[in-house]
Amino acid sequence: MNKNWWKILATVLVLFSIIAGFLFHVPAKPILNETIRNIHFHVPMWFSMIVMLTVSFIYSIRFLNSSNENDDLMAVESANVGIVFGVLGLVTGAVWAKFTWGEAWSNDPKQNSAAIALLVYLAYLVLRNSLEEEQKRGRISAVYNIFAFPIMVVLLFILPRMTDSLHPGNGGNPGFNTKDMAPELRPVFYPAVLGWILISTWIATIRYRIRKIENKQYDNN
Amino acid sequence: MMKNFILTICLMVSFSLVSLAQNSNGVDMASELRESGKIYVVVMVIAVIFIGLAIYLFSIDNRLKKIEKQK
Repeated sequence: MNKNWWKILATVLVLFSIIAGFLFHVPAKPILNETIRNIHFHVPMWFSMIVMLTVSFIYSIRFLNSSNENDDLMAVESANVGIVFGVLGLVTGAVWAKFTWGEAWSNDPKQNSAAIALLVYLAYLVLRNSLEEEQKRGRISAVYNIFAFPIMVVLLFILPRMTDSLHPGNGGNPGFNTKDMAPELRPVFYPAVLGWILISTWIATIRYRIRKIENKQYDNN
Repeated sequence: MMKNFILTICLMVSFSLVSLAQNSNGVDMASELRESGKIYVVVMVIAVIFIGLAIYLFSIDNRLKKIEKQK
């Protein structure tokens, strides 16, 4: 079997979500109108970011255990890709908010805490780049990364739920809310989420392989 | 193998574009690309962009594979 089957799957799933996301029937809601289709494109960005940051978190723990440089490189590159997807999620969210909430940035708790979470991870990159010596750099940034992850989870999933937010899924426990998403959206939404997660994984592995080659060249010089 | 796969996708996309373009017959009838306020045109543009980016990713992947083999 082709080793790249999951890359083809990723392409097919996202392509399906683009075509079906535009053309399939969606529930008619006031204010949202056709923008409800954004759910197939905006939300998967966040899913991808969370998966990438979770991978980064796991590899940081592995690095502290193994001191294997490759674990450190994987942690950094998945954090990099996670941040890119997070920025895409923030920007698409702002565009969507402009036409449904009235303002691109209305200081909504969900928007604010998402922005803070991204800043926490940008600080991770700054911290990492400011250290020269390899093992030290790996260890200090791994420890920071391990603490950044639960902060990100609290900022994205706990704090916005404790106050009122315009963003769906906040205020109260969404686990008990079965009306959260119309069932007719799900056949497109889930493939879209899986597809984008695979795409982000793909980009992260490419960046990791490049970083590994760069690292080898650096060691040889 | 990957080259063939990419080539097939390119050909499929260009064929579908050509076949859709021939439907209008010079008169503005409700051909496929003109239904529902021409939303299909937007769908196709985005689909083409995404296929292009995916092919680009595959080619980057292949190039990287070659560099890795040299090591």
